[in-house]
Amino acid sequence: MSEKVRLSVLDRRDFLLGAGGVAALAAFLPLGTRPARAGANWQDAMKAVIGDAKPAEGKVSLGLPEIAENGNTVPFSVDVDSPMTSGDHVKAVHVFATGNPRPTVVTFRFSPASGKASARSRMRLGKTQDVIAVAEMSDGKFYMGRRSVKVTIGGCGG
Amino acid sequence: MAKPRVKAPKTAKAGDIVQIKTLISHKMETGLRKDKKTGKPIPKKIIESFAATYNGSEVFSSTLHSSISANPYIAFYLKVGKSGDLVMTWKEDTGKSWSAKKSIKVG
Repeated sequence: MSEKVRLSVLDRRDFLLGAGGVAALAAFLPLGTRPARAGANWQDAMKAVIGDAKPAEGKVSLGLPEIAENGNTVPFSVDVDSPMTSGDHVKAVHVFATGNPRPTVVTFRFSPASGKASARSRMRLGKTQDVIAVAEMSDGKFYMGRRSVKVTIGGCGG
Repeated sequence: MAKPRVKAPKTAKAGDIVQIKTLISHKMETGLRKDKKTGKPIPKKIIESFAATYNGSEVFSSTLHSSISANPYIAFYLKVGKSGDLVMTWKEDTGKSWSAKKSIKVG
């Protein structure tokens, strides 16, 4: 009888040790797999496009619906406040979807012959997230605008 | 497969800023989708760039990524100085390309 009790205590200890081991492993695994997903980090994606530039808020207006029912085609527009002369114009606008598996969406490149720094297109949004537009000016300055969009049905396939 | 369509005004006044609307039919396959029958990923195939020139000089261009929707629509503006030809070119990541031409008359 006492033998049986001891055994069951041991079993319990083994079980707890085992469970602790599994928990420790489980805690480690997400950390271990994280570097493989680094490509999905929007900060990294933005750095790859604009380098170490720190965009200031303002000048850029990003037009997006507040609620996108279909994430497969979300219409958007970018407009940058600029005179668009040869001495002072917007060189490019880069758009990032912070919650997409591939956050870089598009780059529009303008010239003084554009007349105004404005463009429209449609993007895919995988889930509810923030969208960021960064404008690169001819004087080397960067400005950004941000909008959050609620997505009802995601549009990244899979 | 891909067929570009462009809407541009036929005439404009000198100094006018006109909107050009473009669309090309293309799946913009992200490379993230899987074939439902075989379970294998469908390879990425997208339109990766767009450029517009007016009378030979580039006025607008764009680099597209897989987060752009199928049948990419791009609208942009052009400040028209004198009559000329607007030539637009779309390039797929396979190297294939398509182009379209519109003439704008200033008068």
